[in-house]
Amino acid sequence: MEENRILRNHRVLRYTFKERVVHWISGLSYVYLLLTGLAFWSPWCFWIAVVLGGGSVSRLLHPWMGLVYTASVLYMFGIWKQDMWITDKDRKWAKTIGAYVRNEEEEKLPEHAVREWQEWAPVERFNLGQKYLFWVMFWGGIVLLLTGLVLWFTDYIPWSLRFLRYASIILHPIAFLVTLAGFIIHVYMGTAVVRGGFTSIIRGEVTETWARHHHRLWLDRILGNATARK
Amino acid sequence: MSQATLHIQKISGHAGAVPGAGMARELKEKQVCKLVDTTTCIGCKACEIACQEWNDLPFATTSFDNTYQTMPDTSWNFWNLIRFQEHTNENGTFMWLMRKDQCMHCAEPGCLEACPADGAIVQYSNGIVDFQTDNCIGCGYCISGCPFNIPKFNPATHKVHKCTLCADRVAENLEPACIKACPTGCLHFGTKEDMVYQANRRADQLKKHYGWANAGVYDPPGVGGTGVIYVLHDATNPELYGGLPKDPHVPWIVKLWKHPLKWIGNIAIVGGVVGTFMHYLRYGPKVVPEDTAKGGE
Repeated sequence: MEENRILRNHRVLRYTFKERVVHWISGLSYVYLLLTGLAFWSPWCFWIAVVLGGGSVSRLLHPWMGLVYTASVLYMFGIWKQDMWITDKDRKWAKTIGAYVRNEEEEKLPEHAVREWQEWAPVERFNLGQKYLFWVMFWGGIVLLLTGLVLWFTDYIPWSLRFLRYASIILHPIAFLVTLAGFIIHVYMGTAVVRGGFTSIIRGEVTETWARHHHRLWLDRILGNATARK
Repeated sequence: MSQATLHIQKISGHAGAVPGAGMARELKEKQVCKLVDTTTCIGCKACEIACQEWNDLPFATTSFDNTYQTMPDTSWNFWNLIRFQEHTNENGTFMWLMRKDQCMHCAEPGCLEACPADGAIVQYSNGIVDFQTDNCIGCGYCISGCPFNIPKFNPATHKVHKCTLCADRVAENLEPACIKACPTGCLHFGTKEDMVYQANRRADQLKKHYGWANAGVYDPPGVGGTGVIYVLHDATNPELYGGLPKDPHVPWIVKLWKHPLKWIGNIAIVGGVVGTFMHYLRYGPKVVPEDTAKGGE
C-alpha cells in the first residue's frame, strides 16, 4: 500500500520525488500569480508587471499560470487527500496550538505539562495548520479558477450575465487575500520556523528525530509498515 | 493623444499625484459636451460614417433584422451606433425612436475606476475620457466598470476601444466628426454649461409646444453627469431608447473592490508580513533537539 519510507542512517522519506515536484510547480506558479496579481491589485505594485515583461505580457500569462497552479493543486488533492482530512486528533492538537505557536515544546515545559502535551499533541503526517493551508489553497484555488475564467473571458460574458463579472471582480481578490494569508504563514513556517522543513521539501528526507518531534504518529505508522514488510 | 497635449485630471491605475489635477484655469467653463436631441434624429447614420472616416475604422458589413437597425451593437472598430426602437404610445400612435449610442464621457468614469493599468485611461480637464491604447494591457476590467456597456475588446490585439469624443479634433478647436456630419442639427457640441442650457430650452419647447409632458434632459447624476447628454421625448423612461439606463452608477461592487477591500487587503498583507517577522523576533525557530543515541543530525 504505502511505499517504504525508511532510509539508511535513521532517516525517513518525508516527501517523494513526485510530491516535491508537484509542490514546486504549485509554489513557483503561485509566486508568479502573486507577483503579477499584486501588479493588477494596486497601482503602487504595477512596477512588478513592468519588471516581468510589461502589463500586457503579465495579463496574457497570468491566466495560463493559473491553470498550471490549479492543475497542480488538484493533483495534490489526489495524492494527499487521505492525509489531509481533519480528524479528532487534530482537534486535540488544536487545543495545544497556543503552546505550538509560542514554541513551548516538551523540553521547555514543566514535567506534568509534558505528559499532558504528549497525550494531546502527537501529529500524523500533517498537523492541523498544514491541513488548513492545504484546504485554503485548494478551495481558494477553485474560487480563483472559476472567477479567473470569467475575468479571462470578460469579453464573452454578455451584458445580461454581467452579474458574473461583478461577482468575479470581487471574489477573485478576496480569494487571493485568503490564499495569501496561508502562503505568508506557510513560507514563514517552512523556511524560518520549522528548521529542517525546507530541506525536507527540497531533498525529501528528514531524520527520525525530526519526524518523532513533529509527526510522531506518522513516524510510528511508517516504522510499523517497515517492520511489517520485514 | 499624447498626455502632454491636454491637461489631465484623472489617470487610471496611477500611483501618486496626477499631473494635470487642478491645473486648468477656469476648469468648469472648459468642460466640453455633446448634445444629442433624439427628437430631431432621422436615423440617417451620417454620424456613424463620419466616425468611421475620421478614426480610420473599417466599414463593417450591415445586417438586416427586419427593422431600421443596421448593426446589432457597437464593437471595437465601430464606436458610434444609432439604436432604433419601434414604440407605440399610450394613445395608440406609433413612433420610431432613434438614439445615437456612444461613450458617455462620464464625470466619474467607471472604466477609469476599474482599470489597473497606469495611464491606460485618462480624463482630460475638458472632461473627455480617453483610452491610451499603448498602455492598455487588455484585462477587460473597464468593460465591467462601465454602466453603459461601451468599451469593446479587440480579440486580435487584446486592446479595448471606444469613442474618443474626437479628443484629437477637440484639441484643435474642431467639433467631433459626428457633429460635423449631422444634417438635421440634432447634434450639438460646446461647453457643458451651454449644452445643458440648450437642452433644457429644447425640453421646455417640447413640453409647451409639442405636448410632450415628460420631455426632459438625460444627464445622469449617478456618474457625476456625462459629457454626452440627451434630449428625450420621455425622460422618465430612458430604457425605451435602446436600453439607456435610468439611474446609472459605477457598479457598487467595483467601488467596494477599489476602496474598502483594497485598504483592508493592504493592511492585512502588511500586517501578515510584519506579524510573522515579529513572531520570529519573539519566539524564534523550532529546533529539534539532537538525538545522539539515534544518530540524528
